[in-house]
Amino acid sequence: MIYEPSMMAVFIFLGFVGVTMGLSFYLGGKAKSSAGYFAAHGQIPWFVNGIAFAGDYLSAASFLGICGMIAFYGYDGFLYSIGFLAGWIVALFVVAEPMKRLGKFTFADALNARYQSRGITLVIGISTLAVSIFYLIPQMVGAGALITPLLGFPHWAGVLIVGVTVVIIVVTAGMVSTTWVQFLKGSLLVIFSFVLTVMIMQRGFSVKDGGIDGYHFRTLGPFAASELIDPEHPLQLAAPLKDQPELAEATLAFESSNDGEQPTFVVAGDTFWYIDTHAGSEVFLRECQTMQTNPEGQLLVNGTPLGTKKGEAELHPVGYISKLPGDVESSGPVGPLSFFSTLQQSEVIIWKKKFSKEHPGMTIFTPIPTAGSKVLRPGENPKFAGIRSSNPIDKLNFISLMLALFCGTASLPHILIRYYTVKDEAAARKSTIVGIAAIGIFYVLTLYLGLGAMTSGALDLTDTNMAAPLLAKSMNEFLFAVISAIAFTTVLGTVSGLILASAGAVVHDLMKNVLRMQINDHEQVRLAKITSVAVGAVAIVLGILFKEMNVGALVGWAFSIAASANLPSLIMLLFWKRTTQEGIIAAVTVGMVTSLGWILASGATLSTVFGLTGHPGYVPFSEPGIVTIPLGFLTLVVVSLLTKPHVDTPTEAAS
Amino acid sequence: MAARNARLGLILFGIYLVIYGSFVLINAFAPNLMESTPFAGVNVAILFGFALIIVAFLLSLLYGWLCSTPSTTDESGKGAA
Repeated sequence: MIYEPSMMAVFIFLGFVGVTMGLSFYLGGKAKSSAGYFAAHGQIPWFVNGIAFAGDYLSAASFLGICGMIAFYGYDGFLYSIGFLAGWIVALFVVAEPMKRLGKFTFADALNARYQSRGITLVIGISTLAVSIFYLIPQMVGAGALITPLLGFPHWAGVLIVGVTVVIIVVTAGMVSTTWVQFLKGSLLVIFSFVLTVMIMQRGFSVKDGGIDGYHFRTLGPFAASELIDPEHPLQLAAPLKDQPELAEATLAFESSNDGEQPTFVVAGDTFWYIDTHAGSEVFLRECQTMQTNPEGQLLVNGTPLGTKKGEAELHPVGYISKLPGDVESSGPVGPLSFFSTLQQSEVIIWKKKFSKEHPGMTIFTPIPTAGSKVLRPGENPKFAGIRSSNPIDKLNFISLMLALFCGTASLPHILIRYYTVKDEAAARKSTIVGIAAIGIFYVLTLYLGLGAMTSGALDLTDTNMAAPLLAKSMNEFLFAVISAIAFTTVLGTVSGLILASAGAVVHDLMKNVLRMQINDHEQVRLAKITSVAVGAVAIVLGILFKEMNVGALVGWAFSIAASANLPSLIMLLFWKRTTQEGIIAAVTVGMVTSLGWILASGATLSTVFGLTGHPGYVPFSEPGIVTIPLGFLTLVVVSLLTKPHVDTPTEAAS
Repeated sequence: MAARNARLGLILFGIYLVIYGSFVLINAFAPNLMESTPFAGVNVAILFGFALIIVAFLLSLLYGWLCSTPSTTDESGKGAA
């Protein structure tokens, strides 16, 4: 779609971002030493730190990716919400306090408190860097998705703006300011998501035949199934249909995955009609939308050049209900439970991308009437369709993802450093509980927001990540500006936290402890800032490259890498006395290399990032967790048993 | 005190692991069960999902409360484990 910026939205947005950055600079002026830069002097109040946990964690991916996935496929995106939250249980019950007792600034310090090994510092530093960068990608992609409908800039401009802004924030400020900024955004995100949810319930559901631009998608029929195809010429429409004015000179087209028995589309001029046979003996023809690049490199929408001028066209927004229970036109306001029970008995038009044999290179967006009971069950997203297959390998992909989400939170470097910003274990515990409460409320809301977006009439077929801001836009411009600004500052905050974690890993771990560089306190902060600029540049480039992917799925991968590389060592160090430093080094290396390699070799990466459409990949499924996490544990145990046990010093033995 | 908290954490973790694990396994091996609507016309997938979020919060509250209570039953607790 093409977006016209609204002046009010832009003003509210800029005001919001300006205040956040101003606050950041003001607070940043107070942090000069390296302890202040990396860990906020250990003086953040626990409640603030707890909401800041939520601010850190509820990144662009949670907000944009999950809502988008729910809006396009139904329940499945909510599986990410459940997994992301469940991960906190591991973080709180298993990791939180031992980490706080062991650590100082970074994850590496915690793992290394017992061994003082340069090898451990090196591998953990590298894995922190790898996870941070992988987690940065979805944030940058999300930033582009926010900027586009708001300011009308292209995606790459949004990514560039975020990258530059964040680097400025990080270079001028540090941990103190990111904590307070995260606190502010964490609270606003939860509050405004709640407001939006209440508005969705107030609006209720109503039956429509098009999106908010007022375009009515046409439906022809019903026809009897027997009168569809000419019995004499099996590749032509039958006479009664040919006589319809819309279908003059129409031909039939077959879906690319179809073996040629039943045609999927009727093509009349530039208009594609989907042959909808789901009602059994009655057949409907439903108007589709198409997108194609012509030989001159021009993008054609429904056969016309893309644009807003006369003689140009753009994709119509979609997302509407075609039938409500009791065949009423409008449900009126609904409650938190009747929201689901009403939708359960409705029929929603879900638009799916299809491709045709006769029209290669063309994307056909096809309206498929889908029962609400299907929308609200797991397994409709192609990524999760495996759970309904009889092939056990397909089920493994799903289990693998849920395992990675469960184990990933405790292993994320930018989440772990927050444990050190409060003064003791009790405070760390309390702030984690506050964090879980805020995050839990938000994730419950994501299901309402996603399904609200699904029925908002505002969905952009070309970008799943834009569902949440566009939902707000369908309510009113003010709310849209506020939600976009919060989401955008959320991106800023998460990205600055990640860049700080990377800078900490490079300067504190790699330069100071591994290379034994003699750097004083002041120089350390300066080097961290230089590193931040470099990491920011890498993130900008990757954010532009990964534009096509749903950001929720990208975060899932970051979790897989974090869980595979870091979790085995962390758990075994805390609970198995026989763990050796060689075991840790081997486990981190193996976990990181195998999970990263698996992801890069998967069909999903090859087709969306490297442009090899339809490539099946070199691994049996795309989520590595179920293989690489146990592999990390196994490596650690085997290598530890093969190497000399660590001899405890008397003081540590006493504890 | 620290050892008691750590053990408590592991027990609560075990409880949650069982609930989360059953959710994942039902989804993977009996997805049709998730479609039934036992309460107020809302299906199991949504009810179970919300329950997982609420239980996570309740367990964390319980943990926070038990950890901060100065324990007089520490000895008996050790004996039981």
